[in-house]
Amino acid sequence: MRVLMFGWEFPPHISGGLGTACYGLTRGLAFRDVDVVFVVPKAYGDEDQSNVELVGASQVPVKKRTIQFSEEVESHQGNRKDRIDKELLYLEIGSRMVPYLSPEEFEHFIRERISGGDLKWTDAFERVVPKKATVSETMGTIDFTGKYGPDLMQEVSNYALIASEIAIEHDFDLIHAHDWLTYPAGIAAKNVSGKPLVVHVHATEFDRTGENYNTIVYDIERSGMEAADLVITVSNLTRNIVVNRYGIDPAKVVTVYNAVEKGEDKLSDPIRKSVDEKVVTFLGRITYQKGPEYFMEAAAKVLKHTDNVRFVMAGSGDLLRKMIRYAARLGITEKFHFTDFLRGPEVDRMFALSDVYVMPSVSEPFGISPLEAMRSNVPVIISKQSGVSEILNHAIKIDFWDVDAMADAIYGLVNYESLSSMFREFGREEVENLKWENAALQIKNHYLKILNPST
Amino acid sequence: MKNICFYFQVHQPFRLKRYRFFDMGNDHYYYDDYLNKHILKKVANRSYLPTNEMIYSLLKEYEGQFKVTFSLTGIFLEQLELYAPDLIKSFKKLAETENVEFLSETYSHSLVSQASPEEFSDQVNLHKHKIESLFGVTPKVFRNTELVYSDQIGEQVVKMGYDTMLAEGAKHVLGWKSPNYLYYNVLNPKLKVLLRNYKLSDDIAFRFSNKSWSEWPLKAEKYQQWLKNTPKGEEFINLFMDYETFGEHQPVESGIHPFFENLVKLVIKDENMGFATPSEISAMHQPVAPLSVPYPSSWADEERDLSAWLGNEMQKEAFKKLYSVRNLVIHAQDSDLAKDYAYLQASDHFYYMSTKFFADQSVHNYFNPYNSPYDAFINYMNVLSDFIIRLEKSTKRIRFQGTPLEELSGETLEAAIHSYEGILKELKKRRVTGKKTDSAAASRTNLPKLASKSTLKSKKEKN
Repeated sequence: MRVLMFGWEFPPHISGGLGTACYGLTRGLAFRDVDVVFVVPKAYGDEDQSNVELVGASQVPVKKRTIQFSEEVESHQGNRKDRIDKELLYLEIGSRMVPYLSPEEFEHFIRERISGGDLKWTDAFERVVPKKATVSETMGTIDFTGKYGPDLMQEVSNYALIASEIAIEHDFDLIHAHDWLTYPAGIAAKNVSGKPLVVHVHATEFDRTGENYNTIVYDIERSGMEAADLVITVSNLTRNIVVNRYGIDPAKVVTVYNAVEKGEDKLSDPIRKSVDEKVVTFLGRITYQKGPEYFMEAAAKVLKHTDNVRFVMAGSGDLLRKMIRYAARLGITEKFHFTDFLRGPEVDRMFALSDVYVMPSVSEPFGISPLEAMRSNVPVIISKQSGVSEILNHAIKIDFWDVDAMADAIYGLVNYESLSSMFREFGREEVENLKWENAALQIKNHYLKILNPST
Repeated sequence: MKNICFYFQVHQPFRLKRYRFFDMGNDHYYYDDYLNKHILKKVANRSYLPTNEMIYSLLKEYEGQFKVTFSLTGIFLEQLELYAPDLIKSFKKLAETENVEFLSETYSHSLVSQASPEEFSDQVNLHKHKIESLFGVTPKVFRNTELVYSDQIGEQVVKMGYDTMLAEGAKHVLGWKSPNYLYYNVLNPKLKVLLRNYKLSDDIAFRFSNKSWSEWPLKAEKYQQWLKNTPKGEEFINLFMDYETFGEHQPVESGIHPFFENLVKLVIKDENMGFATPSEISAMHQPVAPLSVPYPSSWADEERDLSAWLGNEMQKEAFKKLYSVRNLVIHAQDSDLAKDYAYLQASDHFYYMSTKFFADQSVHNYFNPYNSPYDAFINYMNVLSDFIIRLEKSTKRIRFQGTPLEELSGETLEAAIHSYEGILKELKKRRVTGKKTDSAAASRTNLPKLASKSTLKSKKEKN
């Protein structure tokens, strides 16, 4: 079986949950003996450019690579070791679509690449785009500070055009597209090949923007789901949105939960906490959807009753300044700290320093970060409005708005010693049982059902 | 003659209300009155009242032939007094027939046998007085919470004056032996042990209405045959179960009541069968062999052990903390605190903290007010923390250099001993010349003064 997959990011450049999930799933599918042609949009390149070729009339650069999965995997039944040995055809397409997440994060992403001494973003792009390419004309003019501009939509449709070229050139049994930016590509590939389409919903427009949703994005999402033979959602929470808000036939919508990559003990030098107090952490974008103000209100309640604790709000977002002012108004700045945007190793460091991790999201389709915290032996408090709460036993679950319950859970974890040790004992084990090999098997079985509807 | 011994356990805990950490020090009422009343009334109407009526008419119809046994916990009876006084009357009516035996147990349905022999004994006495005052009878046979039994517990029970105790006929305890004989405690042969026939008990208590059970639907005729077909020498069968079996665990619609009525009639009609209570069985039979149970067994879950209550670290921490303050409760001599202490000991609070059954929560969710064991633990610990704050205030805890005496260790402990020994010497000197005082009163009233800072300081200065 061969799958044409429109995904996002691959190591070493992973900036968000979507890329992590795509990578994990692809690796899991390799273990389950599914061949994948993996197509990603890529707007910068600091790797070897030698095997870039141009595709189709639009003269878009395509870089071809093969990626070899070769590793030992611990089997789930007993201690038997299994191996993954599979080659993946990896196609990078010149496009400035990025895993959107938020305008804020996008800005950061751009700024860091420039200030970090890397090639300028535009330079990097020009290196792979021939001068005559039409695509380059839209460079640098996209307004990404507000809503999705028309230029992004141009990118999306260009990408779909290339997708149909790729679909003509390659052999495959079905198409799998991850989140809305690639749905048009998936539809186009389906149209030229006649192969079934699977769309994978990691988030919907409602999760990203609440009720002020962008109707163009919504329409693209819905047309993708309607054109699809199967819709995979990352939680039942998201499945309900797909069925109720997009009017998709529930019979073709299935939930397959994400998994986590097995934790590597990345931290070479052990981190020592420099404060005596317990550290309670919020880590994520500081936006309405992540519920930072509930965390802060809970912190204020806890601080009124106990000294032995500090709070950290790590991340950036449009509510950051408001939150700083709020902390001042609550009079808790002495024990409530902000870190601004954290990247890769800093995130690991933050987990290592934390005694409690809180994810008070108002709406979270899945939510991988609590799993990362648990993998680092940090007990977690998560909102019931998150997809991940559907699969975790060893986590404290609260309603995001229930500040009293959140405060109580924090107080309990900070003061009652056995609670943390229970989480350390069972949490890590629970997370390590969430394996991509299992999620991939479920997805493979769904593939088979589409390909052989009679069986 | 084959005697059937039916014993029903009746218990409801005082469930705690949602109690946040910021309530500590402000709010000293811990119970969810609405929920407790609601559950009690619901179960009373569906189970306790109708089943009592059925049993009463059977006792009247077959006077002297039909007998049953109950164990009612102290905190259950307190709830009846609060929410269902009719049911007290109903149990009194059963008691008046004189064919109902009441068992002895801990007042709180607690696991105190795992913590403190003194508190264990106090709780059993408290329960005994409650039964005496309500029903005018003194219980003679002991049953421990959840049928928890071990050689050591048996030994303690003998010391409390009992010669018969109930236990689970667990496979890991009995091996090939039959539960349908009388055994004796291996450490003290004076104690006879009656064992629950778990197979036949669970046929009624757990499997009766299970449609996927191969014996469903279970008719009284068939079940009576099973009882009858037990080997010849086995002269009694102990069927022990929760009273909620009738109408709650097995719903009214399953026909559990008519089944029971028919069974009673069939047993009485049969010349070779009858009913007996635990004390009658104990008097009628001689034990056949010693029973060795070095580790506590219970009637719960597949494992038949304590793991549902004291299996994980949260349960152990909460349990340890609860019993660490027992001496303070005694010292406080405060009826409100004593009452809360009794309510907080109910085993149910620990059951709610069990992480054993994340996969199969059906049994553990029964009347469980919490979303998760973590939730249960945090709530309980908040309540217990407030309780301890009150307790410490009430007893004006004696401290040495700011540390409570119970928490002293190492050098500070030595220093405290040294200091107190000096004070004692001083006091003893005075005794020779001064007049005698009541020693108990002296120790109670003088101790706090002994520890007051000024005394310690002056002592230090002398040194």
